[in-house]
Amino acid sequence: MRSVIDILDLSTEELSELIKTAEDIIANPEKYQEVCRHKKLATLFFEPSTRTRLSFEAAMYELGGNVLSVSSAGSSSAAKGESVADTAKTVSCYADIIAMRHPKEGAAYVAAQNAGVPVINAGDGGHLHPTQTLADLLTIWREKGRFTGLTIGLCGDLKFGRTVHSLIAAMSRYEGNRFVLISPEELKVPSYVKNILKEQNIPYEQTEDLMSVIGDLDILYMTRVQRERFFNEEDYLRLKDSYILTPEKMNEAKADLAVMHPLPRVNEISVAIDKDPRACYFKQVLNGKYMRMALILKLLYEAGTLKELPERSRA
Amino acid sequence: MNVDSIQNGIVIDHLKAGYGMRLYELLGLSDPELTVAIMKNVTSHKLGRKDIIKIDGITDVDLDVIGFVDPDATVNIIRDGRLIEKKSIEAPERLTNVLRCKNPRCISTTEQELPQIFVLSDRKTKTYRCLYCETRAEK
Ligand SMILES: [Zn+2]
Repeated sequence: MRSVIDILDLSTEELSELIKTAEDIIANPEKYQEVCRHKKLATLFFEPSTRTRLSFEAAMYELGGNVLSVSSAGSSSAAKGESVADTAKTVSCYADIIAMRHPKEGAAYVAAQNAGVPVINAGDGGHLHPTQTLADLLTIWREKGRFTGLTIGLCGDLKFGRTVHSLIAAMSRYEGNRFVLISPEELKVPSYVKNILKEQNIPYEQTEDLMSVIGDLDILYMTRVQRERFFNEEDYLRLKDSYILTPEKMNEAKADLAVMHPLPRVNEISVAIDKDPRACYFKQVLNGKYMRMALILKLLYEAGTLKELPERSRA
Repeated sequence: MNVDSIQNGIVIDHLKAGYGMRLYELLGLSDPELTVAIMKNVTSHKLGRKDIIKIDGITDVDLDVIGFVDPDATVNIIRDGRLIEKKSIEAPERLTNVLRCKNPRCISTTEQELPQIFVLSDRKTKTYRCLYCETRAEK
């Protein structure tokens, strides 16, 4: 049974197929609105994440399907001590596909090994969150029209930000990209991520200073710098403002920069930037729903649950 | 047991110096029934310094565990005082129920009945990672 736990479970060919499907859904939503009729998605959320759950549920409804939702960790079977494996086996009896969020790393993998239906990892602790990366990729594609030859800046917490690690891994598979890693010393990317870049001779630079590089960037992926990541308050106070994107800083950026953020934000992007046409973070949310739709279709089709998919229109 | 020569058993030789105790631990050689000698920091032509483990009386050990700790070690099987077989050692693709994941956020540390599996993720550096959470295994 095909499941998606890690963004690297999908080949670049499969990613471009998913993007084509998502673009077709955007262009012709009515063609897809009954495709998953009588099919059920179970959203098993063992830790709260309202936005991700809503995105999956909206995706399934827009495909004409139904949703079984377990959203409160306290009332779930996990609270009664049931294993992830047993939960996955049980839910497979009711649902055609599962989206699972769990605080433990590797939980989605265990679910996928035991479920009789496809499992989509909707976040396993601080480990992986492939559908966020799908949202990021569709956003880059729609804003830039390509995955190659881009200068990609990642800014803020690059140490603990799992979306950053997945995006680097995903974009490293395409030619000619360059990464600019902008973070305080304390929050630099871990060495295994740097090794991905080094081993493939992908150019990258590390800096603490956003302003020194902002003019070079095609994409600026912002993340939240959290107070609790710092050893002392002084460092936090000294650094926090240098990683806040303001309209003044945007004056130095390219006219076609795409500003992205996995959301929720706190204050790292000024609200004033929302009106800037370069702000893409709410488009990213919408793109996430389309990619989840495309992924649900792909997995249900591969599982044989859907006998056919709508033919994509030629663009 | 005479430390110099054993009649029936196994000699794990050419272990990188310092790896003997770790291997002793992972092979479960602290079993009170077993007769075992560890020699550490022995002078070696090949390695400069090496560790050696001699186990008396048994001839099967988990070669995957030895391959994990040191794939360059040699394993000699001794019967009636004679070397009858040299086993070839390789870094195994997978290690099952040998190590425990040390990441407290890993599903395998909460759900104890899951098999503890580590996968060889980089053949060059002999890096093993937890199948579930990808945390690096310590040698
Ligand atoms: Zn683990």
